[in-house]
Parts: sequence; C-alpha cells; structure tokens
Amino acid sequence: MAGLAAAFGSGAMTNTIGDIEQSDVILIAGSNTTENHPVIATVVKRAVHLKGKTLIVVDPRRIKISDFAHTWLRPHLGTDVAWINGMLHVIIAENLHSKEFVESRTTGFEALKQAVARYTPEYVEAITGIPARDLTEAARLFAGAERGSILYCMGITQHTTGTDNVKSLANLAMLCGNLGIAGGGVNPLRGQNNVQGACDMGGLPDVFSGYQKVADPQARARMQAAWNVDRLPEKPGLKVTDMLPAAHDGTLKAMYIIGENPLVSDPDLNHAEKSLGHLEFLVVQDIFMTETAAKADVVLPSACYAEKDGTFSNTERRVQRVRKAVEPPGDAREDWKIICAIAGRMGYPMPYADSREIMDELRRVTPSYAGISYERIEHEGIHWPCPNEEHPGTPILHREQFTIGRGIFHAIDWVPPAERTDVDFPLYLTTGRVLYQYHTGTMTMKTGGLNEIAPECFVEISAFDAKANGVQEGHLVTIASRRGSIQARIRVSPKAVAGTVFLPFHYAQAAANRLTSDALDPVCGIPEFKVCAVKLQRAA
Amino acid sequence: MTAEANPNTITINGSEFTFQPGETILEVARHNAIDIPTLCHLKAADPTGACRVCLVEVQGARSLVASCAMPAAPRMVVHTESPKVVTARRLVIQLLLASGNHNCLVQGSDGRSFEEYAARLQHAGGGIEPCPVWGDCRLQELAWRYGLTGGRFSPTPVRYPLEDVNPFIVRDFARCILCGRCVQACNEVQVNQAIHFGYRGAKSKIIAAGDRPYRDSDCVFCGECVQACPVGALVEKDARGKVWPRDVQKTVRTTCTYCGVGCQTQLHIKDNGVVKITGVQEVAPNYGSLCVKGRFGFDFIGSSERLKTPLIREKDRFREATWEEALDRVARRLGEIKAADGPDSIAVLTSARITNEENYIAQKFTRAVLQTNNIDHCARL
Repeated sequence: MAGLAAAFGSGAMTNTIGDIEQSDVILIAGSNTTENHPVIATVVKRAVHLKGKTLIVVDPRRIKISDFAHTWLRPHLGTDVAWINGMLHVIIAENLHSKEFVESRTTGFEALKQAVARYTPEYVEAITGIPARDLTEAARLFAGAERGSILYCMGITQHTTGTDNVKSLANLAMLCGNLGIAGGGVNPLRGQNNVQGACDMGGLPDVFSGYQKVADPQARARMQAAWNVDRLPEKPGLKVTDMLPAAHDGTLKAMYIIGENPLVSDPDLNHAEKSLGHLEFLVVQDIFMTETAAKADVVLPSACYAEKDGTFSNTERRVQRVRKAVEPPGDAREDWKIICAIAGRMGYPMPYADSREIMDELRRVTPSYAGISYERIEHEGIHWPCPNEEHPGTPILHREQFTIGRGIFHAIDWVPPAERTDVDFPLYLTTGRVLYQYHTGTMTMKTGGLNEIAPECFVEISAFDAKANGVQEGHLVTIASRRGSIQARIRVSPKAVAGTVFLPFHYAQAAANRLTSDALDPVCGIPEFKVCAVKLQRAA
Repeated sequence: MTAEANPNTITINGSEFTFQPGETILEVARHNAIDIPTLCHLKAADPTGACRVCLVEVQGARSLVASCAMPAAPRMVVHTESPKVVTARRLVIQLLLASGNHNCLVQGSDGRSFEEYAARLQHAGGGIEPCPVWGDCRLQELAWRYGLTGGRFSPTPVRYPLEDVNPFIVRDFARCILCGRCVQACNEVQVNQAIHFGYRGAKSKIIAAGDRPYRDSDCVFCGECVQACPVGALVEKDARGKVWPRDVQKTVRTTCTYCGVGCQTQLHIKDNGVVKITGVQEVAPNYGSLCVKGRFGFDFIGSSERLKTPLIREKDRFREATWEEALDRVARRLGEIKAADGPDSIAVLTSARITNEENYIAQKFTRAVLQTNNIDHCARL
C-alpha cells in the first residue's frame, strides 16, 4: 500500500466494486480474480460479457479471467515496471494522455516523461516478452477509454519491486486522468476479509488507527490523552518481515501472535521455523492448533467470526457489521476479551461491555471512522473516510484533489527480480491460491467438499515444460529451489506458460514457501513470493 | 402530480402511479407495494416471461401479458388480481405442479403441517422421500396462495436421474420446473456459463457441458443456481434431507470471513450450528452472490478440532489450563521480559481475520501497555 500512499496520499482502493461496471476499459494486472476474488470477477465478467466493456489482462499465467479479455498480455515474471513504462511511453509518444488532468492535478510529469522515453515497445518486448504490437494496442485501448479502471493484487505487490510496481500503475491512472471519477481508479484487491481494517485500526508498526503517525508528537499527544497514559513509544516498530529475523538474532524475545499462521504463510519457511524456536516466550491465540500454535508456550482459544459482534472493512473501504450467530465452543472467547484480560493483569484495565463500546471509543480517535456508527451501518456498510454522522461516506477517493494535494508521478526504472533462472535452477516458480482453498487452509481444509475438489498440492506446468522435463500428469515430482524442496503432483495445464511453473501455497505438507525467496521490497517489506528459480525432477 | 401533468402515469388496481420510462409493470407495482407474484423472474437478469405466473390484465390488450417483461406505458390500466388473471394464474400454477414430482400437495392435501405431510407420504408408501425444501418453496407458496391442491393434471414422467456426484449441490431433475432461473443466474449474474437449456420439448433439461455432471463442467460451485432455484431441484448437498427449512431456528446476517470483498451473508442456524449460508439479496457489495468458499466452506466453525480451552506447554506437550492460569502466565511472562529486555523485545502480530474493534484493542494494548510499536499483521504475506 506504500506505493499508493506515495502517489496519492492514501493507500486503499480508490473506487468501489460496483463502480467497475461503469468503466469503459478494465485493466487487471497480477490478479487471478476468478479464483481469489470470485464475486468481484462476476462484476468484471458482467461488464465485459453483458455490457460490452473492454478488458485487458496482464498476467504470467493464462488465468480464467483472460478468457474474457480483449487482450491478454503475458509478461515474464518480475517485469511489471517495464510493461507499465512501455504503456506510459506509447501514451505520451502518441499524445493520448489527459493533458488537463496532468496539468491541474499532478506533479512530476516531465521527469516521468524522461524516464519512460527509452521504454519503446521494442525495448519492452526484449525485457517482458510482450509483443511490441500488443503492448501498443493495449496502451491505446486504455488511454482511449473515457473511464479506465485498474484492478491489481498480489501479482503486482509480492515482488522486491512491489512498491515500484504500484507507483507505476498509479502513474498510468493519473496519466489517463482516471482518478476521482466513477469507473476509474487504482484498485488493490485485498486478499483477506479484514486486511483493510487491520491497517485502518493501526495494526501497523508506524501508525495509530486512521494512519496517524506514531512519530508525530501531536498524534501521540492525542492518543496519550485518549488512552490515559503518560507516554507512547515514538519509534516505529518492526514489520512482520523484520520480526522473524529479530527473533532469530535474539533481539526479539517474545511474540504474541493473534490469528495468523506465519509458519505456512511466511517466505523461506525453513528459516522462519528456526527463528520462532529462538523466542523465549510465544503466545498464539487462534481458533485451531495451527502449525504456528504448535510451537507456542501458551495457546489461547478464540471465537471465530460467527461467534462475535463487530465490524470488518472490506477492500473498497466499506465498514460492515459482523454479528454473533452461534456460541463459541468450550471456553473459547472473543479476541478482544482475551487481550483486555491480559492488559488488566499487566496493570492497565481495559473494561469494555461489548464491541459497540470499543467502536464508540475508536471512532473518537480515528477521524476517518468518526461518522460510522453501528446504527448507520445496520443495513448497508459505509465507505470511509466518513468524518461525522451526517457525512454519507466516500465511495470515490480523490474527487477534487488528492489526499496529499497534487498526485505525484514517480519516475521509475525497471530492475530485475532478486532471483533469476540459471543452469542449475532453470524454471521460474510463481505462487498463489486456488479457488477451493484459502490462505493456509486453516478454515477451508475443515470442509470435506473443498478438500475433495482441491485435496493436495500440485505443480502447474505447461505441456512443453512437462515434455522437456520428462514428466506427465499425476507424476510425483520434487521441486527444489536454493532454499529447500517439496514434492507435489504434476498438473499439465493450459494456464501455464513455458518456462514458468505455479504452486498454490495453501498446503502445509508441501508448503510452497519452503522454496520461495525471502528477498523483500525495501520500502514495504513485502516478500518476493511471485518469483523464484527452481528445478524439477521426478521423485523416486 | 396529475395524469395531465405527467404523461408517465399508469393505473394499477384503480390507483395511479408515475413511472420512469423503461420500467416494467412489475417494477412499478413493486415500487408501490403491489404484490404481483413471480416465479421465474430474477431481478439481476433480463426478464424472460417464461413461467407466466406474473400475468396481468391490461385494458385494451388482446390477451394477458407478463408483467415482468411488459414496459409500463402512459395511461395504461392494469389489473393484477382480476378474475381473468386469477383463473389464468391458477391454471399456470397447476401446470407447474404437474411438471415433475411436487408431492408437497400429496393426495390433495393443502395442509400447512409438515408432520401431516410426512405421515401422508408414509401412508402412501413406496419410499417416496419428502421434498427437501418443504416450507421454503416458491411453487408451494403460490399453490397455497391460490388455494390449489395439485392433481388437476397428471404429473409428467421423470426422465432424468438425480445427479449428485459432487460435494456441494444435488440436482434433482424430477423437481425441476424448467423456469430457467438457474440458467440466468449462471450466465447473466455470475457469468460462469456452465449451465444451459438442453434438448427440446418434453425432453427439455437444464444441462452442464453437453449434459455432464457439474463436476465435469465449467461449474465452480458458487451455488448461485441453488440460491436462484425456486423449488427443490437444486439443493445444498450437506443440508438436503438432513436440515429441513422448518428446522432453521434463526438467520443472522453477517459479513463473510474469507477474501476482502466482504460479501453480505445470511447464516442459517440450528442448535447453535451453522447449517447453511446464503447471500443477502439487494445489498452491496455482492447483491446475493457468493463463491464456493463463502457459501459452502463453513464446516470449520463447528469443527471438533476447534481449540476449546487454554493450553500451556509442558516440555514437548500441551496440558489444558484454566483461563485464570493461562492469562496469569501470559501477563507475568510478558511483564518479566518487558522489564528485563525492554518493551521492544516484544512483538505482537495482530490479524487480518479479526474485527476492527479487536485490531484497535490489539494496537492499544501493544502501544499503551507493552509500550512498543512492534505490531503488524500478515497483509504483506
């Protein structure tokens, strides 16, 4: 999200899901939409199939949504900045950009123009493998649209250049004047139900709720008064991807992990496992005995979403109600009650009667949520920012001006991914999800039917690579990277393109993240899950 | 506003209403709380006028018209429950009741009691299974509303066997009335393009991929077709024959727990367990649609593997503990480590799965109590 925050001042989906049907051209990059956000995919498919809108898909795999696309561009892994710069080049060279928007709403155009000058379609073809003609046509299509929307997901962000990739998409949207209008925008599709809310609520090392910086003395003073404490720490804390190394080298002694399973979701799992082992004290609070919980000193059983009241904020910044439907099993409790009980024992009472009382407090200290009460969202959720109870909420961001005033173009050069193929590891590996499982499988693997359809890990490979490696459908193979190896069955699929294989990361028994690289984006610390080099051979 | 002032005025059952050009008679009626019954009509899709249940009388028209497909026109005069309409509608419903196996009205019963129905079925013998949607069926509702007991026409023969070779959806062609809602749901709402009308005339059938099981087609088990089915032809496999509609004690609306779309769902509850999930119609962001995980992936909630009690490690294994003991232990150890190595020696991973309120509490605890900013979650992972 750092990329969007740098360009616009706010790191969230600029437009709404419903808005997508108003776009003339939809550009989907690095999002396997039909499998990861199926209901958003239906909106896109309706727009294309029933309303005649144009779809451009850019993805290294021939994913389902590309069947609906007017054009599918297939870049090599880790070359996103290059193809986006190529589109920017064509649009500027052919004078298709929105001069008025660039003039009145943005800064940094000249530097951008210079930076993309050498990204001719031919130059870009050499880097990305996208035919120059196809890239030119896609650029013209997108720039020619009155309303163009960009949807992206982890295929853009999970790279060492993830922040650059996002800034590049922001460049493209601003260049075409697609911000602040219905049917436009730059729209990151969030993968987990309340990722947006966890960020909004200050579940980040550098901000309080509402993105108020911990380094800002005024913000700290406000929170100190609200929370009735003498001081609050001013130094930003560790990112999740820094925590495990800190545990490994002994500077971090204790971790309290709530509802996360880093021992399947983290990059370079072999290393992550050792790191957690170095902790003096590990508390895990979850609904199941996850791989991570199994390493804990104390495990605390929590209530799941169906057993509690509260709110989630979805990918379009819409704050929606969660309602208790059933009682939790055994002694399991709501997460907030557990945390408050620990706080009380540590000498800081946090007495709340219910989730509504917490909401009322957080609204007082979180300006973007100030106007969102349970009463108002009883029937339909409200998009933040919503500064007061009379405010209708904000479906479209940056209407009149950007959160930071003028939008900022970032002149960015393409740099190759951290790891490349070579003689020893000749295939690229990219990772992701499948429709029938979710994240580390903690929840979906408890449903028999989902396991029946998607029971085990597989490696998706093109017919060409299968032949070249002497393997066939159903063969058990060993896939090895420089960090580790796993076994999985071969699935020959037209989704795969020669030179690149794909693994779903859900399965702990064959955890794709034993292979992936822990090289990080230097700005936001996101790992490069989407690119690593592997070799493959038939298991004995 | 009078009819003279606004030409876009229509009269329904003696009352005048204005309309927007392009609105159908059905839409105008619904906006004004006039209930024209429908069956095949699916709000998000183009009207097909296939089932004829929504017939109305338009003065001056030669025949009855399907209100779902007929645009309102200036000075139109419509009757929605005139004797002519009711006679025709009763006939339509009786024909639908004869379309396959609709034994809810077995032996002429119009009883509203499931027990009586089940007893009659048993009495009839032959091992006939009770209808899995008894009490939650649009056709049954219409039969009751128009005082029909079935049996006017002999039922059409059952041509196609039930298909259930997948984990989620049972397709009972014997109960299908060929209304086409599922086809529209699949093609016009979800655009999965997995099911279509197949064969012709009396052999008509809703088919997937050249008449193959769902599993061998493009079906992705979103269940939009199940939610659209007005009868018992498409039913959730888990619940079918085990959880009857009348067993559901309450439904609770909430937000789905999987991806970031935030679909609005209705949890159907029986004996403190979720037995079924449906999408909430007519509200953003999903307007009733769900995916396979959101609709069918709820077994984890009542799983026997759920953690039920705090656990404390004793060397290589865990032992059960009381909340008192576990909370004391956590508070004491965190306090000791904070005192010995400083606040920044502790980190909290909060979660993209828990509520806003809980994330707020987690950051407040981390910052105000532990006195560190070492808090993050797995958004990047």
